[in-house]
Amino acid sequence: MGHLMTKPFRQHLIDPEICIRCYTCEMTCPEQAIEHDDNNVVVDVEKCKFCKDCIPVCPTGAIDEWRVVTEAYTLEQQYSWTELPEQEDIPEGEDDSGADGEAHDDAIAALLAEAHKGAGGKAKAPATASKATINLYNQGKPAEARVQGNYRLTDPGSDADVRHIILDLGGQPFPVLEGQSVGIIPPGTDADGNPHLPRLYSVSSPRDGERPNFNNLSLTVKREPHGICSNYVCDLQKGDTVKLTGPFGSTFLLPSDSEAHLLMICTGTGSAPFRGFTMRRQRETPSLNESLTLVFGARRPGDLPYFGPLKKVPESFMKKLFAFSRQSDAPKQYVQDKLREEAERVQEILKNPKGHIYICGLKAMEHGVEEALSDIARGVGLNWSDLRDTMRSDGRYHVETY
Amino acid sequence: MLDLINVSYDTQIPNNVGLSSDKRVLKALEKWHPGYINWWNDLIPQNFQKSMVYLRTAVSVDPKGWAKFDYVKMPEYRWGVLLAPQVEDRRIPCGEHLGEPAWQEVPGEYRSLMRRLIVIQGDTEPASVEQQRFLGLTAPSLYDMRNLFQVNVEEGRHLWAMVYLLHKYFGRDGREEADDLLRRQSGSEEAPRMLGAFNEETPDWLSFFMFTYFTDRDGKMQLESLAQSGFDPLSRTCRFMLTEEAHHMFVGETGVGRTIQRTCEAMNEAGITDPYDVDKIRDLGVIDLPTIQKKLNLHYTLSLDLFGQEVSTNAANAFNAGIKGRYQEVKLGDDHKLTDDTYAVWDFEDGKLVRKEVPALTAINMRLRDDYTKDAAGGVGRWNKIIEKAGIEFELKLPHEAFHRKIGVFADKLFAPDGTLLSGADYDARFNDWLPSKADGDFIQSLMKPCTEPGKYAGWIAPPKVGIDNKPGDFEYVKLHMA
Repeated sequence: MGHLMTKPFRQHLIDPEICIRCYTCEMTCPEQAIEHDDNNVVVDVEKCKFCKDCIPVCPTGAIDEWRVVTEAYTLEQQYSWTELPEQEDIPEGEDDSGADGEAHDDAIAALLAEAHKGAGGKAKAPATASKATINLYNQGKPAEARVQGNYRLTDPGSDADVRHIILDLGGQPFPVLEGQSVGIIPPGTDADGNPHLPRLYSVSSPRDGERPNFNNLSLTVKREPHGICSNYVCDLQKGDTVKLTGPFGSTFLLPSDSEAHLLMICTGTGSAPFRGFTMRRQRETPSLNESLTLVFGARRPGDLPYFGPLKKVPESFMKKLFAFSRQSDAPKQYVQDKLREEAERVQEILKNPKGHIYICGLKAMEHGVEEALSDIARGVGLNWSDLRDTMRSDGRYHVETY
Repeated sequence: MLDLINVSYDTQIPNNVGLSSDKRVLKALEKWHPGYINWWNDLIPQNFQKSMVYLRTAVSVDPKGWAKFDYVKMPEYRWGVLLAPQVEDRRIPCGEHLGEPAWQEVPGEYRSLMRRLIVIQGDTEPASVEQQRFLGLTAPSLYDMRNLFQVNVEEGRHLWAMVYLLHKYFGRDGREEADDLLRRQSGSEEAPRMLGAFNEETPDWLSFFMFTYFTDRDGKMQLESLAQSGFDPLSRTCRFMLTEEAHHMFVGETGVGRTIQRTCEAMNEAGITDPYDVDKIRDLGVIDLPTIQKKLNLHYTLSLDLFGQEVSTNAANAFNAGIKGRYQEVKLGDDHKLTDDTYAVWDFEDGKLVRKEVPALTAINMRLRDDYTKDAAGGVGRWNKIIEKAGIEFELKLPHEAFHRKIGVFADKLFAPDGTLLSGADYDARFNDWLPSKADGDFIQSLMKPCTEPGKYAGWIAPPKVGIDNKPGDFEYVKLHMA
């Protein structure tokens, strides 16, 4: 495949200095793309289909090597190596080969790229994040989940119908990390008679399950007028089965480093990944103090998903800043106003080399939040656009908006 | 429908063999389970049992699901029964039944032979955990400690794998054998483990790395040949075990390599160029290369003994019956029956070592041992690259197969590492140059100080080039429980 292209492309290679020649990758590869001689184990660029089946089975990490090339390294070249060649300089702009990829599915990858666009550059996972599994299930081979529960999160009086949906995966492996998304395929067909494409929803439970060590997960879904999928999901009954794809997303993830300080800014169902983050931290390191800050915006308390449970999280474990924009007896407040009020706290996070910022919610929030962050940064002599780029390339600045 | 890829957690024992609908075997395993847990709990020091260890656990046997990493307390590790997916229409790959459909049940005539093979394999798994039980106390880093525990829990799982086969296919005899696997103890006077190499304690980390490199590699070769078995459940079990075994090879190869790396670095920092300047090198707190060569000599030769006699009718019978194949049997280009073939095995004639052609069928052990030696030599070559890169003139070598042997044609004679026949007096005079002495062992022991700060390593070993699961250098692989 690749060698015929003139554009730069990614070639899968094996690091001969790290590889121990156990040949597990070779035995695993469904394409027979991996072979060896007495010297090296090599990947045939013509056969490799990037399925990545070889990655998890490698005991050393030698297998996870990629080079952007304009001309592929031949098998003969690879056999002769004693070490891996450096990445050659590829002129900027020519390299459209994509990073590790958020999904091996062009349509979903495009959706995620759009959602992450607000970060101002290529998204990168936190350095200490666990490695995400992606594309375990696709439209051709979806997972089947059973609905364990469907609860309304917003007040009965609220016109926002946001739901907490719990899905049981039974015996199917569905390894999902906090911050990842899953696709739901609504039943039926579109106007042209084709099956509906999956819609993406962030998982709102931690990796070990909504209930620890049960193979289940939760979603936070808002009913949208005329939304084909959201209405389908919000109307699900206990016991119904749902077709799932994914997991997707490999950058909007939680750092494993317990010293990382997280500033999480969200509106509405943008809170889903942060519920996962918080629960993971609660289960993993419940004694942590002062390392989580949540800024959460809604119209009124009754519209704010998880308002009740959130109030029970101790302030020392997570600082919570709520912004309400339609409360009758108070001035309008948006998340950016809360950020400005707490400028000192935000500045600490901006200056902290282990500070991480996550923004999740409607696209409309992006502008105001950035402006606030920019002003707050300036207050301590920092240039926001530089800082943002540094943080993003460190895997410490993440935006997922829709 | 029975799901044979994914791990089912609907019984106490995670499995992909449909245990919940196999009440007889489930009951037998559930009866065996508490004994196993007791064995584990009595084995490894308690503060490690309570620590959170960053381990991988299989959630399915396909590539996407079998290596999920997370913190887990070892006693809560999900040991289970996992078989590689069944290959449709698999055929017996060798021997007189070549080409017949693989057996899904044990043929009556091979029952005892097969049971013995499974028991011997099964016995080595818990034995190595027993041998390594105290190493956690002197781990050179949290990274290494995590690797040790990963090896340990997977050896435990390999025991499970064999015990499942015994319970499922060998009735009451199998259940008794399974109980005995927990009764025997490495190094015990009354009930020792079955194979000699598995009754020696693993006294230090260099021994552990050498053990995982050389002795676990014997295990790998045995699994490779059992993975070719005409008895399909055994083949599938071993195929999945091999994926885990690769991690053990990795721990051994990189452990020794990092030890060598650190020694070379320290020598260069101190301006020492002579690798035989042992005292000066040891003063740097690193293990001199000649001592590493001696450790290599010891572990390699002990491991060669595990392959048994060069010419063996038992091995011929197992091959001919289709119970055990050769390394990569299906990739070999011969008739897979070996009716007229010959193979050259070592022998001793007129005071000289010679390779003599014997019927290939009887040389199955020798052939596997040759494959082993070739496999083992590869890593030694990569260790030498580290030494070469550091600019030090020294080459590690595998000794001649005749050296220091207790089993096979060389067993009753004495040889130098280069294969020269020696008198008892000559051998004794050089013995300490070739094999680690008590003083060497004491020196290595003196370096075994635990280092438990994340990202830090004891002075005798270099950090790894890549973290486990791509973790950064200072990742806390074990969250120690402080009693």
